[in-house]
Amino acid sequence: METERSSCKSRIEDHPILDFPARKEVTFTWEGQELRGYEGEPIAAALHAAGIKVLHTSHKSKRPRGFFCAIGNCSSCLVVVNGVPNVRACTEKLREGMRVQRQEGTGPAPRSRE
Amino acid sequence: MAVRTTELVIIGAGPAGICAALEAASHGVKTTLVDRGEELGGQLIKQTHKFFGWHKKSAGTRGVLIAKKLAEEVLNNENITLLNSTEALGYYDDGTLLVETPRGIDRVLGDRLIVATGASERMLLFPGNDLPGVYGAGAVQTLMNVHGVRPGDSVLMIGSGNIGLIVSYQLLQAGVRVAAVVEAMPTIGGYAVHASKIRRLGVPIMTRHTIKEAYGKEQVEGAVIWELDENWNGIPGTEKDLEVDVVCLAIGLTPLAELLWQCGAEMAYIPELGGFVPLYDETMETTRKGVFVAGDVAGIEEASTAMAAGRMAGLSAARSLGKVSDLDYSRLRNEIAGELEGLRSGPASAKILSGIAKMRAMLQSVKEAAAVSEAEPANQPANQPADQPANRPAKQAASEPAEAGDLPKAGARDSEAQGNNGSKSEEAVGA
Repeated sequence: METERSSCKSRIEDHPILDFPARKEVTFTWEGQELRGYEGEPIAAALHAAGIKVLHTSHKSKRPRGFFCAIGNCSSCLVVVNGVPNVRACTEKLREGMRVQRQEGTGPAPRSRE
Repeated sequence: MAVRTTELVIIGAGPAGICAALEAASHGVKTTLVDRGEELGGQLIKQTHKFFGWHKKSAGTRGVLIAKKLAEEVLNNENITLLNSTEALGYYDDGTLLVETPRGIDRVLGDRLIVATGASERMLLFPGNDLPGVYGAGAVQTLMNVHGVRPGDSVLMIGSGNIGLIVSYQLLQAGVRVAAVVEAMPTIGGYAVHASKIRRLGVPIMTRHTIKEAYGKEQVEGAVIWELDENWNGIPGTEKDLEVDVVCLAIGLTPLAELLWQCGAEMAYIPELGGFVPLYDETMETTRKGVFVAGDVAGIEEASTAMAAGRMAGLSAARSLGKVSDLDYSRLRNEIAGELEGLRSGPASAKILSGIAKMRAMLQSVKEAAAVSEAEPANQPANQPADQPANRPAKQAASEPAEAGDLPKAGARDSEAQGNNGSKSEEAVGA
């Protein structure tokens, strides 16, 4: 099991109160680009750590949308995961091999899994 | 669709819901605790600061550790069934609660319900408030303290209530720069102890200032703040442009009460309690019989009072199920009421107490109106208009017996326990 730490500067390594134990690293894709994150962390945390803040565009004005409430309330962070739209990036856990895409408006109609 | 029967259903496994479950279960009540999150503890899981609270109960303990201890007690309690990663969808007239579990939709049939759904963060209007990089203070805490990811490099904090001050300090602990804390009110909203901590570290707290706009192409690249005059209007010429990539909103919370609206409990707008709240009596029961409330959904306070109010709701539910003797009930009720009174004895609690008094006056009016309509069914419409109670004079509050007023005073208190501290209490309306 890989337990190495990410070298990303957004990751907190030393904290006066909290310990962030080493976790298993997984590979996933964002808009086709390969990224690494920790298994089981929210997709939004992995994306944020990689510097990706725009996750979604609004229905009417196509304004950029991102992480906002972090606890599944606000629907600002909807993304398409493995072809399924309207997945809340702030609560959905990251898994090995996930294909994550920015969601434009309502996103594509979900297709049956191959 | 699975059907689960239970004596008591509790929605929300934060401090209020967990304490309600533990109290009810201690009287032998078969309890089902529902929470949408995977982890137990609600917002306590991201509170790294020490609570003032109540000396017997967790004062001086960090929120994260309180959450861990409460979660262990729940998991070891054979009367509590936990449904985590499960969302409550709706509560029906026949007492069915529909829930969505990771495996599908289930029905939970309980004899009693406690709603402990907590609160959500308030939003503020300004140009650019929808840009990625504008985050709620709770979201910043979650990202940083639960998931170990910094929200950005430099933060503008809006609001100097305790949340704004505490989260600013936590940002500094995580190695993030806090460019400024702005506060629309003329004075800092939170405790001096929290304000001093961040001031010593060089963070300016600017009262009578607010955000004018956040800007950036696709995400926050900067924010403009300005000074306010006595009429709360921005003063042209006082603008300051701050190079920040995060704007953090800490302007208060509002009860997350959709389920109570949906199930037909009487609601009222009480600004002192954070917005629309259910009307509930001193046993925490709403106007819908058998439906109780506890924690922030009943009025925005903080975790220590939520825990005590949760116990009260759990005790009342157990009592109404016939599980508590008269003697035990009056002893425990006095004990919990005394604890609540102690927690609310500081100057910061005046607002909460006046909100509760207002709410009780409205409840009294609703009950009187219901009694009249029962006595003269021919002359009264079946449903009272929801806004009618609001027109009743507030002085009725004074004629109501004060909550716990005739109960023995609580014992010795930690000197730090004056008032309610809080992770979750927001005294100021920032910006």
